[in-house]
Amino acid sequence: MQLDLINFTKRFGDTTVIENMSLSVHSGEMIALLGPSGCGKSTTLFAICGIHRIDEGQLMFGGKDVAHLPSQARNVGVVFQNYALYPHMTVAENIVFPLKVQKMNRTDREAMVRKYAELVRIDALLDRRPAQLSGGQQQRVALARALVRQPDFLLLDEPLANLDAKLRLEMRSEIRRLQQETGLTAILVTHDQVEAMSMCDRIALMNGGRIVQYDTPTAMYERPETAFVAGFLGNPPISFLSGSGLGLSEAQVAQYGVRPESFGPQFGSTLSGRVTFVETQGREDLFDVRLTTGEILRSIQPAGSGIRLADTVNWGVAHDKLLRFDQNGQRI
Amino acid sequence: MPAKNWPILLLLTVVTLPLLIMCGYSVIDAFTDTAPGSLVPTRFTLEHFRFLWEPVAEARGSIWVATANTFVFATTSALVVTMVSLTAGYALSRLNFPARGFFLAGLIVLHAFPTITLIIAIFLILQMLGLYDTLIGVIVVKTALELPLGIWIMKGFYDTVPWEIEMAGVQDGASRATVWWYLVLPQVQPGLMALILFSFLSGWSEYILPQVLAPGSDARVLSTYLSSLILDDTKADFNLFKAVGLFYATPVVVIYLLFQKHLMNIYGGGTKG
Ligand SMILES: Nc1ncnc2c1ncn2[C@@H]1O[C@H](COP(=O)(O)OP(=O)(O)OP(=O)(O)O)[C@@H](O)[C@H]1O
Ligand SMILES: [Mg+2]
Repeated sequence: MQLDLINFTKRFGDTTVIENMSLSVHSGEMIALLGPSGCGKSTTLFAICGIHRIDEGQLMFGGKDVAHLPSQARNVGVVFQNYALYPHMTVAENIVFPLKVQKMNRTDREAMVRKYAELVRIDALLDRRPAQLSGGQQQRVALARALVRQPDFLLLDEPLANLDAKLRLEMRSEIRRLQQETGLTAILVTHDQVEAMSMCDRIALMNGGRIVQYDTPTAMYERPETAFVAGFLGNPPISFLSGSGLGLSEAQVAQYGVRPESFGPQFGSTLSGRVTFVETQGREDLFDVRLTTGEILRSIQPAGSGIRLADTVNWGVAHDKLLRFDQNGQRI
Repeated sequence: MPAKNWPILLLLTVVTLPLLIMCGYSVIDAFTDTAPGSLVPTRFTLEHFRFLWEPVAEARGSIWVATANTFVFATTSALVVTMVSLTAGYALSRLNFPARGFFLAGLIVLHAFPTITLIIAIFLILQMLGLYDTLIGVIVVKTALELPLGIWIMKGFYDTVPWEIEMAGVQDGASRATVWWYLVLPQVQPGLMALILFSFLSGWSEYILPQVLAPGSDARVLSTYLSSLILDDTKADFNLFKAVGLFYATPVVVIYLLFQKHLMNIYGGGTKG
């Protein structure tokens, strides 16, 4: 189902947290609301599911304005950051709760619980209580509970934040698999750009209560509209420097952005500098190079280059990959 | 127990000894003949418990009526206090209604207020309402005075239940009432148990209110029954006092022994005001 948020404004008392925000999510699409802490991601999510009132603007589910409907009438499944499982109920009771509320009959209910428990692979744990589950298992229960009522939309608020690194990788693909298998329209809130880029069809990058760019991960990475977007996406992050450091001078360009993969020996030897930092990541090495102007460029290279700390290097940048920004941070 | 604890143990023993002796002798004297002032019991007897099967002249009335009254008094006020606290505590913890701050401040003030100074006003009000010298009147007053503490304690318990659980319930399609009943109440159950027991015990041992507001024999409770025995100073039968006292205290001791764990809970959630 298509979701449209049109000119949405949200205030808490006198402070305006979200101003005039518009967002469209196509049917079957999974998008990310990405941005730094406090930019209003959760607020937007809670407005969509009905926990927060919408002060101004419209919220359309499949073309129907639902801004004035209470949460219960919106049919949206939500997975909260801390999962919010009901601690006094078993896994099965947790999952069945939305169906009980709908007064579905017992046999149908049990069939649904079994189906969704199998889908998220927790069918062996149905009699346990949440406290007896690992973080990843709790996460799966929360997903099953959100999915079992066959919602129109699935909203996920930082679903992976409480998991360790390995589990996070696993749940990343798991959530994406579930979303694709069920064909649900989903919104993922995260402040982790890797998560957003790897899991979602499109990313809405937010800053200070506004969406600064809304695009596919590749487009946003290659053609960021502002320096903020360029700096937010990419790991290791992009380096910014002035024209003099690169030996360039173009009118209007206030700063250049160089991604770590566009700086290295394979792009010529026009820039000379000293290696001030080396990080070994197994398959790749990450270098910080201080140029003669004092500015720092990052570079990522295949492992085994033999370059060490304090070495002097003569490397070049890929000029076709340079990003140019004006005084206001807009890309030219 | 480590040996170096002995100075503390000794101190505690010395301090507790008078209490232990008092308790011990109220049991011993209830079952034996002991001359007043003497510490040496003479003979075992159940005669001091005669109040259980025959009316005692000084008491002007049966102990069983007083016991039934006490039970009704304590149970009713405990149930009403608990039910009102369950709902009011939830409202104060979760709902954003007008003058919420005023109610919260009022609770604390009332909780700390020396209620006994209100007794004259309460007496006048009860008389006007025609509830003076009735059990209902005392129940109403007792309940009202217990409420601030009860509400405050329940609010503390509700405050520890995460918001997300309620949000999740609402998202799952349940009404606020369903969420409260099925998802929130089970989380505050320890508080509920503690509050019921606590207010029952408080009602069971209440003395001033029945004494002042229901002095007649119809609404007599155990505490006023005992005091009317003692007040009749023509003939002081200390062994009888102790027997009645034992009878009066037994349910309290039993409840403490059975529900100690639940009663301790009241300080668990209640502190997070
Ligand atoms: N109930 C509230 N009352 C007042 N201000 C609020 C309230 N909830 C959120 N805010 C403010 O709104 C802004 C956005 O909050 P929000 O929770 O949406 O941030 P977020 O993007 O989800 O951040 P995070 O990544 O840290 O979760 C913050 O500045 C926050 O202080
Ligand atoms: Mg948030």
